[in-house]
Amino acid sequence: MEPLTWTGSLAGLNIIFSILIALLALGIVVQILLSLVPSTGGRAMAADGTLAAEKGAAGFLGFIVNWLFFGFIALILIYLVLGIFMGTGAGIFGGMARQLLPVWIALIVTFSLSITFKRRLGLYGKLFDSTVGMIGFAIVMFWVFAGVMGGVFDMLVTHDSLSQFSGMKNKLPGTPLRGAEEGDFQWFLLGGDNLARDVFSRLIKGAWVVVLIAPMATIFAFMVGITLGLPAGYYSGRLDTILSFLANLILAFPVILLFYLLVTPEIVLTGIPNYMAAVLFIFPVIFFAVLLNSRYYTQPSFRTPLLIVVLGGMMWAYLSLISNDGVIVSNDNVLIPGLPEILDWIPMPPEILVVFVSVVFVNSPTVFRIVRGLALDIKTRDYVAAAQTRGEGAWYIMLWEILPNARGPLIVDFCLRIGYTTILLGTLGFFGLGLESESPDWGSTINAGRRLLSLYPHAAIAPALALLSLVLGLNLLADGLREESLRD
Amino acid sequence: MGLFIIRRLGVMLLTALCLTFIVFWLTNLYPNLEKLAKTQGNFRMSDEAVASYLGDRGYLQPMPVKFGQWLGVLPGWVTEREEADETFGRCFSAGTPEAERSTFCGVIQGDWGFSTVFKDEVGPTVATRLALTGKLMLCVLLLMVPSALIVGVLAGMREGSKLDRSLSTFSIATTATPEYVSGVIFIAVLASSKFGISPLLAEWGWIDGKTLFLGSATSAMADATFWNFFLPVLTISLYGMGYIARMTRASMTEVMTAQYIRTARLKGVKFSDIVLKHALRNALIAPFTVIMLQIPWLLNGVVIVETLFNYKGFGWLLVQAASNNDIELLLAVSVVSVIVVLVTQLISDIGYVYLNPRIRIS
Repeated sequence: MEPLTWTGSLAGLNIIFSILIALLALGIVVQILLSLVPSTGGRAMAADGTLAAEKGAAGFLGFIVNWLFFGFIALILIYLVLGIFMGTGAGIFGGMARQLLPVWIALIVTFSLSITFKRRLGLYGKLFDSTVGMIGFAIVMFWVFAGVMGGVFDMLVTHDSLSQFSGMKNKLPGTPLRGAEEGDFQWFLLGGDNLARDVFSRLIKGAWVVVLIAPMATIFAFMVGITLGLPAGYYSGRLDTILSFLANLILAFPVILLFYLLVTPEIVLTGIPNYMAAVLFIFPVIFFAVLLNSRYYTQPSFRTPLLIVVLGGMMWAYLSLISNDGVIVSNDNVLIPGLPEILDWIPMPPEILVVFVSVVFVNSPTVFRIVRGLALDIKTRDYVAAAQTRGEGAWYIMLWEILPNARGPLIVDFCLRIGYTTILLGTLGFFGLGLESESPDWGSTINAGRRLLSLYPHAAIAPALALLSLVLGLNLLADGLREESLRD
Repeated sequence: MGLFIIRRLGVMLLTALCLTFIVFWLTNLYPNLEKLAKTQGNFRMSDEAVASYLGDRGYLQPMPVKFGQWLGVLPGWVTEREEADETFGRCFSAGTPEAERSTFCGVIQGDWGFSTVFKDEVGPTVATRLALTGKLMLCVLLLMVPSALIVGVLAGMREGSKLDRSLSTFSIATTATPEYVSGVIFIAVLASSKFGISPLLAEWGWIDGKTLFLGSATSAMADATFWNFFLPVLTISLYGMGYIARMTRASMTEVMTAQYIRTARLKGVKFSDIVLKHALRNALIAPFTVIMLQIPWLLNGVVIVETLFNYKGFGWLLVQAASNNDIELLLAVSVVSVIVVLVTQLISDIGYVYLNPRIRIS
């Protein structure tokens, strides 16, 4: 079988595509240069007596550039749609477009539903008023859907991400699978890596690792940061001094050194990551306990059952998170029994736990500083004074008065921080720390591919571009959210 | 001001002490020591042999005592072995006459210890590597700071213009590209003899060698040229640049909406004069802090880039020390990096007060 080219029978479109890109780039450059000289457009008097600036050359150029941009988007859509129909007939891109069909459908459904009901969806709905935010959201959701569908339901992937195929070592993108049987996917869409595994399938599987760990770790970091940052900002004084000193202590550590110290097999043996997990993961439980108690403590008949149900569930989740095979810590010196295996519903392999804990540990001091700063600012507001006059408890004021009013910057930072966590996970993988070497996550794949970079770059370039696009999407999303939350 | 600096220095010292103690504690945990003994002795040592090896070399003393010895505030350990009739200690090797044996040797005395990986004194090893990284950092700063400031100022002088939007997109893209991603892309596109643009350029005869840039910076340690040194420098600069540029842009847009800029415009001052003479000086106060605080972050980039481009500097040393649990080398490395972090914080605080006359610390 012939190897696939990038665009297959759509190759005729490539020339149009490159011309369009060249024109677009030229247009933008000329536009920038024109904006540097003062505009010379005259003023035109309209019939109703209003005065309007003539568009002049700059206006005309802007018009052209806009249409070129639309043409560019339309051409990409053409590639995509034709690719979905023609499959590998439209080359590697076509094959990928067809493989990712469920993702496209999910994206279209999400966008059409959200745009239809955007007025009723609060800040999330407002996101769809900003182009930048929508682009970012689309990229992020693309990877979320790809990760969930590929990682959980085993859709999208063309081959098993761990098995090796003979004769496919370091093969270029689009190489036909040697000795493919009936029913197998016939090509390696993005080529093979140095262990003859399919790069495309590993890319999709790796998306799941990132999409699962990065937001979860960020949520935990936020729980820790909020639970400690609010009292530090609200009470100030000695508590603030001590907590800030500890946060600065962690922040002064070079991240990579910290990773190297925490994520080695020897340290895992001592059980330190497990102790850290036990401490760090308790914060969500504390947070929700205080949150609910401060709100409902005046109605004990409602509060007590609520707390029992919520905290019971959370404690269960907490215990199953930190215990493995029935123990929390187990080495020569210490043995702390945990949840029995039958009740342990969250499988947490030790190497994932270590990565998770270290990422949370690195992120929480920054969140703490942000929350503390916001609390310091907001506690001087009138509504806080009003709540104090009403005689509300300190925790009620912190969690139900200050926190909701700090949500704007926190949501924006949350998006940015997921991106940063993704970068940190990639860093860990890049140094071969934590996750096993066959793990398909992007950092480890880049690490595996970089040795043969100048000969077979595709194995490292694919996950690199994936990581870049996800983080870029998160950054754009945060930018869109910031813009929209500043508007009201 | 003096009191402020003294207080900051005190906190700095405390932080440095705490951090080194944490590193000390983590590297001196028993599994780490066991690994050290096995790599230094032999891999099939029995548990008793490991224990006696560690005991002889003072590793099994209580943690604070060991830390004190490393600092040089407690006398170093001395082991007298009856059967071999030799005495050696932390501060002297076997066979040193009794008169020349010193009691204290630690960081305070200027003795950083002995590296078990490089079989050399830690002090000179760190110094040579630090010099190499200093060269890299200098080039990075020379490239990063001016270009970030130019991008930020250009983007911020007319908010919302096409130039602003293009440059802002560029800076967002660079902050979203960690070093290991951009480095990989640069090597594949610019430094591969089979892919990217190098084969094309070589075919057209535009470049002499096989590739446009060299994908490994090992040769740059002795003799740095544009050809072998530009890619690592560019890789580190790009990631840090976006953030500084965005901060500069934010501060520039704020200044450009200030009253005195409007006054200058109404008086008919030329736009270029407004930007260069009136706005720039005030707009550069905030980025100064950001640049100083960015230096510790560059350290991360340095570790990644030196590993990727095989440039044997400080970052490479950190990786070697950490992956081999070379305790004394690792401690020296972390002391240096912690000092870098704390000193840059201090400089940024003091510099901010000097640059911004509205802030006074009593």
